Amino acid sequence: MATAKLLGASIKRREDPRFITGKGNYTDDLKLAGMTYAVFVRSPHAHARIRSIDVTAARAHPGVVAVFTGKDMTGVNSLPCGWDLRKDKNIPGVVQDLAMVPHMPLTSDTARHVGDPVAVVIAGTLDAATDAAAKVRVDWEALPSVTATERAAGAGVAPIHAGAPGNVAFKWELGGGDVDAAFKAAAVVVKKRIVNQRLVANAMEPRACVARYEDATGELTLWVTSQNPHVHRLLMCAFVLGIPEHKVRVIAPDVGGGFGSKIFLYNEEVVCSWASRQLKRPVRWTATRREAYVTDAHGRDHVTDAAMAMSKDGKILGLHVKTTANLGAYLSTFAPAVPTFLYGTLLNGVYTIGAIKCEVTGVFTNTTAVDAYRGAGRPEACYVLERMVDAAAAALKMDPADVRKKNFIPKFSGAFQTLVAVAYDSGDYGKAFDRLLQMFDYKAFRAEQAEARTKGRYLGLGFSTYIEACSIAPSKVVGALGAGAGLYESGKIRVHPTGGVTVFTGSHSHGQGHETTFAQLVADELQIPIETIEVVHGDTGAIPFGMGTYGSRSASVGGTALHMSANKIKEKGKRIAAHLLEASASDIEYTGGQFHVRGAPGKAIPFGAVALTAYVPHNYPEGLEPGLEETSFYDPSNFCFPFGAHACVVEVDADTGAVKILRYLAVDDVGNVINPMIVDGMVHGGVAQGVAQALWEGAVYDGESGQLLTGSMMDYALPKADMLPMYETARTETPTPVNPLGVKGAGETGTIASTPAVVNAVVDALSGFGVDHIETMPLTSERVWTTIQAAKSRK
Amino acid sequence: MKTTISMTINGVKASHDVEPRLLLVHYIRELVGLTGTHVGCDTSQCGACTVHVNGQAVKSCTLLAVQCEGANLKTIEGMAENGTLHPIQDAFWEKHGLQCGFCTPGMIMSAAQLLERNKRPSEAEIRHWLEGNLCRCTGYHNIVKAIEYAAEKMAAK
Repeated sequence: MATAKLLGASIKRREDPRFITGKGNYTDDLKLAGMTYAVFVRSPHAHARIRSIDVTAARAHPGVVAVFTGKDMTGVNSLPCGWDLRKDKNIPGVVQDLAMVPHMPLTSDTARHVGDPVAVVIAGTLDAATDAAAKVRVDWEALPSVTATERAAGAGVAPIHAGAPGNVAFKWELGGGDVDAAFKAAAVVVKKRIVNQRLVANAMEPRACVARYEDATGELTLWVTSQNPHVHRLLMCAFVLGIPEHKVRVIAPDVGGGFGSKIFLYNEEVVCSWASRQLKRPVRWTATRREAYVTDAHGRDHVTDAAMAMSKDGKILGLHVKTTANLGAYLSTFAPAVPTFLYGTLLNGVYTIGAIKCEVTGVFTNTTAVDAYRGAGRPEACYVLERMVDAAAAALKMDPADVRKKNFIPKFSGAFQTLVAVAYDSGDYGKAFDRLLQMFDYKAFRAEQAEARTKGRYLGLGFSTYIEACSIAPSKVVGALGAGAGLYESGKIRVHPTGGVTVFTGSHSHGQGHETTFAQLVADELQIPIETIEVVHGDTGAIPFGMGTYGSRSASVGGTALHMSANKIKEKGKRIAAHLLEASASDIEYTGGQFHVRGAPGKAIPFGAVALTAYVPHNYPEGLEPGLEETSFYDPSNFCFPFGAHACVVEVDADTGAVKILRYLAVDDVGNVINPMIVDGMVHGGVAQGVAQALWEGAVYDGESGQLLTGSMMDYALPKADMLPMYETARTETPTPVNPLGVKGAGETGTIASTPAVVNAVVDALSGFGVDHIETMPLTSERVWTTIQAAKSRK
Repeated sequence: MKTTISMTINGVKASHDVEPRLLLVHYIRELVGLTGTHVGCDTSQCGACTVHVNGQAVKSCTLLAVQCEGANLKTIEGMAENGTLHPIQDAFWEKHGLQCGFCTPGMIMSAAQLLERNKRPSEAEIRHWLEGNLCRCTGYHNIVKAIEYAAEKMAAK
């Protein structure tokens, strides 16, 4: 039963039939007997003291089962922050310790952002809960608020947490080389303020949970929209509710997109779990989209002052970056890691740079908490670097392609030590850029651009040559950097007596297609038909302890764990086959789905027969355990570093400021590829999100009231089909030496690369007006038009 | 105060007592129990709840259930016939037109209406038509390809 090689094949997704027929199984689809429905009462103020909460009328409302406030939740602790930055823990780069401020599931003293939950109403129907929630009376004392990143730590600003004087959450720095000397030696120094605006993830499925406590067994099951069910269980049990993990099962069924926002432990799932234990009934909550806007962790929100020192001939001598990162009102689960170790460590990019210094201040504001959003820190780093490279090229009057080529780190494999702590695994950055330049005629474009300008048309081209760190992460390394968790992954393979195989992965699929890619991987490794393999994920009751999916880690970390288990299965199979063939196990080979004695392929035992023997061990090797099931935990030795080169061509209407994307080209190197169709799909989606940040998206708070003005899909500009182009994608393949599969990671490349490519293209289009930078995204028509007018008036 | 309503959904008669304020989408999901129709927003932007009411593609969050008294509805669960996928369903599978799958039912229901009205739409016409359906995963590239592919297959029939 030899099978065709599946690694590298674009096979159709095995999970799709249920999705295209409406048979997906999302959290909100679940129906349980005795279900109750939770509705949260939230702060309408950005910052307000709670004088009192009167729940009498709500409790009396027909159909209401219970109303709880924070004061009812005795013995319940703060939601934990899973990343610490403290000098006494020897976390590198800490200048000022992280203020570990409390974050109670229901706040009872002060509300710190619009949407902060203060009470929950639980009723037999959603309508009754909604009606009763409107009857909860909160006596608010509104306080002054601050939402703007650059204002948060300013003089006279109202403090948000007693434990964070001046609203500073932490100060941190990283760097290498002599920055002062680099700037002294520079022929040209370019300085720019770069604002990376706040984004909202907007997974199409709103967050939801169903908690069911069973009195008879004392077991709690939580169905939740999670990217990492074991992480949810651990954080909720060990830190917040103080209940034993083995009595809690967390199931993340089909999840409708995450993009980071479903990594974190949120108030609502904790409250519903706690309430179900009190009421001994299932409790369901599903976010409305408006709730999602004010409660799902936001992304980005950096204000950066960057300076780049250049030699006369276009070499990057030094980079100095000072960033203020807005963390919102509370510390979300991994928030402190994003603007520090996922940001500063990527500022070396794909370039040889003489010296780098990165200084980051994290601040609290009266806004929704900020945490990882697709790319998480890496897009912010890439944006700063790629924008500065273009600005430097403009200052030197050099071609941005030439400046990049002059500074690329030469091809290497094994290790390139950067100035910002990390060592890259393998790279050939010039090759990816060369591949990009083969996809279109660069010289001809410049000629066309010059010609167009004479006719009053403004064409622009922007490059972005990026690097990212994924395959997150070596546990020892991240532990030393402040992580509260290890970041290995688990993979279990269960061979059934009749030869079928169930694969259990600690990774979680919420669009990534693991049921296909992991089946491809295991089918190839075990040389069995893919039809005989099922992939299980997302259920702590079924899978070994796993860390879930984020940081483009599933194929590289989760896939390697499965590779290890497949090897163990084959090794055990060889011992069983050797016994049956009366040979030595060291003489057994496994090829074409058969165990046979080396050099004697005629005498062979198929995989299925070995499986049956393992479970019916009548004629069986002495001392060998029956059964054929293996589990592995893989902890990577390093991150993997995908890279690539993107280009965007735009036309700007100078009369209206409207930007039209004419072409988008992407060359990505994600190492070896398991399923090219799926990787291309992730690149498309990633590029769309990055393009949308450049041109349309942005979470806007009113500076006075602290209200989120972009709090619905009517107000927040999610891209639609007619706003985006077809993407032209290509790849180079530089396998990583870090893992045996040679795969790096593909989930975030598009988001990281595309934002600077688009902005660089728009700035290039406006270069004739003397524009070399636009401080703030998104580049809406209004902002572009205003930029053009300001440039004209300067002339 | 509840009202009794009756309608035909995917060829099957349904009758329930509902509150007048009940949205059609919640009726379909919670009372009829067909959960393939999804709720992705509360402002009628996302289109994940798109169904056919008397042959018209509509967002089922914009109608009250009581407005559909006597109507003939089709949801994503009614698109495949006798176990055979509708060509648009098949095209989404073939062209990798979905990732997380949450917007997919609405996309398919909307695309079905497009191809009824315009048998061979251009790329621009497909993109324009989809302005009422949001997807966060695919960047729309493969959704457009899937609809082009479905149009080709359906025209060849």
